[in-house]
Amino acid sequence: MSKKVAFLQGNEAAAHGALYAGCNFFGGYPITPSTEVAEVMSIELPKIGGKFIQMEDEIGAMAAILGASLAGSKVLTSTSGPGLSLKQELIGYGCIAEIPCVVYNVMRGGPSTGMPTGPSQSDVMCAKWGTHGDHPAICLTPASVQETYEEVIRAFNLSEKYRTPVMVMPDEIVAHMRERIVFPEQGEIEVVPRKTPTVPPEQYKPYDTSFGDVPPLAAFGSGYKFHVTGLNKMQDGFPTTKAEIVQAEEERQVRKVDANVDDIVTFEEYLLDDAEVLVVAYGSTSRSARYAVNIAREQGIKAGMFRIKTFWPFPDKQIKALAGKVKGIVIPEMNLGMCSLELERCAQGKTPVLGIFRVDGEPINPDQILDKIKEVK
Amino acid sequence: MSRYELRFSGAGGQGLITAGIIMAKAASIYEGKQAVQSQSYGPEARGGASKSEVIISDGPIDYPKATTVDALLAMTQEACDKYTHDLKDGGILLVDSDLVKNLPKGNFKVISFPIINTAKTDVGREIVANIVALGAMVALTGQVSRENAEKAVLSSVPEAFIELNRKAFSIGYERALAASA
Amino acid sequence: MAFDYEKFLRPGKLPHIWCPGCGHGIVMKGLIRAMDTLKLKKEETALVSGIGCASRLPGYIDCCTLHTAHGRAAAFATGVKLAKPEMNVILVGGDGDGTAIGGNHFIHACRRNIDMTYIIMNNYIYGMTGGQFSPCTPTGHKASTTPYGNPDPGFDIAKLAIGAGATFVARGTAFHANQIDKLIVEAIQHKGFSVVEILDDCPTTYGRRNKYKSVIEMMNRLKEVAVPVKAAEKMTAEQLQGKVLTGVLYKDDSKPEYTAEYAKVIERATAAK
Repeated sequence: MSKKVAFLQGNEAAAHGALYAGCNFFGGYPITPSTEVAEVMSIELPKIGGKFIQMEDEIGAMAAILGASLAGSKVLTSTSGPGLSLKQELIGYGCIAEIPCVVYNVMRGGPSTGMPTGPSQSDVMCAKWGTHGDHPAICLTPASVQETYEEVIRAFNLSEKYRTPVMVMPDEIVAHMRERIVFPEQGEIEVVPRKTPTVPPEQYKPYDTSFGDVPPLAAFGSGYKFHVTGLNKMQDGFPTTKAEIVQAEEERQVRKVDANVDDIVTFEEYLLDDAEVLVVAYGSTSRSARYAVNIAREQGIKAGMFRIKTFWPFPDKQIKALAGKVKGIVIPEMNLGMCSLELERCAQGKTPVLGIFRVDGEPINPDQILDKIKEVK
Repeated sequence: MSRYELRFSGAGGQGLITAGIIMAKAASIYEGKQAVQSQSYGPEARGGASKSEVIISDGPIDYPKATTVDALLAMTQEACDKYTHDLKDGGILLVDSDLVKNLPKGNFKVISFPIINTAKTDVGREIVANIVALGAMVALTGQVSRENAEKAVLSSVPEAFIELNRKAFSIGYERALAASA
Repeated sequence: MAFDYEKFLRPGKLPHIWCPGCGHGIVMKGLIRAMDTLKLKKEETALVSGIGCASRLPGYIDCCTLHTAHGRAAAFATGVKLAKPEMNVILVGGDGDGTAIGGNHFIHACRRNIDMTYIIMNNYIYGMTGGQFSPCTPTGHKASTTPYGNPDPGFDIAKLAIGAGATFVARGTAFHANQIDKLIVEAIQHKGFSVVEILDDCPTTYGRRNKYKSVIEMMNRLKEVAVPVKAAEKMTAEQLQGKVLTGVLYKDDSKPEYTAEYAKVIERATAAK
């Protein structure tokens, strides 16, 4: 039987990916250029008995999905730059209270209202450092419509597996362009269920580390009763200021991601075996980069691409290894040098990092990247 | 590489994004090729200048935006002035002859006929001018077959408007052939 | 026999954080009596709060408790209720939390008429942060950030709730302790968004700045200003000057409830499928 295909926009694919992953609650607020996700969810969720709610603001949307997740739902919200700034307060809540949720953020020009319909990649640092305090961060940056679909599913899986908010951040180009998408069959892509308690309610503690760094999470209304707070907490969920407990719990929350980098980090290596010039790219910019690398190869330049699929945690190990082998790293990105900073950190001075930074609302075209590849000596 | 670039441009509300989507759908779903459609638009839901770009190729498409455009549709003078700068030498330029009076300098294969007026008088509804234009672009570019393009049109419009759109597509296709003969 | 509050209290979580003379404990006891009267199942009851002294209340009560971020209780609770409409969802918090930083969520929860009960303990001040003026601090009064007297006019929470679309609005005071559980019972029984404002006192950060000599004086003020709705009907405008109405101020059973309306959306969507 041939698989179902469709010609979809990145945002539409994201919504369908969420549904494949079992999303049954969406809370949102309208914002360009991500609104299509909410529109698709408003059509599809009630058909399967799921819930869609348009909240009064971005913070309310984030709050509603966290509440629904605690009540046992698999939850999604979608937004863009200004909305992401507002949501940061409660993304932090999701991190400390360890509530699974997926935040889909389309990157548009910023800061502030910026360029609502213009593409950008300037939210990637906000994905890690946007909310205050130390916290784990997972952020995926898909580069095609098909990949957006698949990465949203992976985001749900990671968020359930590690009991933490996960962000999917396509740039506006990926979010709004349309491509053919092939839908996987049911069961073809793994869907990770939430780890729920195996102990009886009277023994349940929502942060019980005897089950490992990711304790099981019961749902409100499922026979378990427990306390959830945004304060630093103990294993039973109640607040504490005891130094050793706070330290240990904070470290555990971050360790959920840090100790599992190899499980989370994904990337694509393109023509890297003999590469002398390393182009690192993510999102739609990687498409321009691939085009430029191909032309460079035709012209006899040994260029290759490392495509970041998981932006956070950053692929430190891979970049550090590559940095010792190449003459230079070229990083095209639609911001004034964000990934570039991470690359410099990983390159440790072993190789120069050359940036192409564009914030004018226009995509970085292959010619710009080719020119920069040629600057590497 | 077989990369072929089309741009549908005009004013917001003229349905050009839809026309681009249908062209790309025809190529990627029905013709067995690969296609990417993207767009840029201003804050206006109606008016302003808007463009929809379609890249068609036999293989994977990396860069999703136009580099040098092979075929361009301009439904308004503003769009014609704004979006023809990267039309390639020898490229196809289709314009609405009632609305676009000043053509850009360059070696282009210009085809012009009153697209909106054709929709209004020959098809009977101005609203299908984008499908008339699409029919013309399909005829002029030869990137997808007439049959596959028609399938894409009919699968993209509400049932009640199938005949109207079939007629619009067909008239556009024929008019373009006649105008370019 | 004395009422057994312990059965709804979490063992080992007392003493509470509230100062001597604070009315929040009186409200908590009222809520517990109401939960007992209605025989609410602990596992099926969510108690949701924001940030502030009053918002610490859920930590003491044995049910599903969610201590959210400042002002966000109504929005979190909306998520809980919509995801599991069969749960009883009760919100508690203070005046600053609910009507300043949480004002937007508050009015929209009222507008949706989602079946939850919101108990707002109005002590006219931000207590936890040390006595800054809130949207409910009376004009001219002193707070740590209005050293020359408050220039702001205050909110009437009940009127705000009615105007925003809540379908059950009541007011009590921490002095009239025996009325509190009755108002809460009626609020929870009401199908729709219910607001119960409890006029409260904060001797530590409000009383002492505004020349109240004692907690007793603050409690006496609550006693003096409160006029039951029924009694007020027979009073003149002049007599009502400076008074506050208490009891059930508003009730509307005709407006559709949100989760019931959403169930209809699901019906329509599944029928169209």
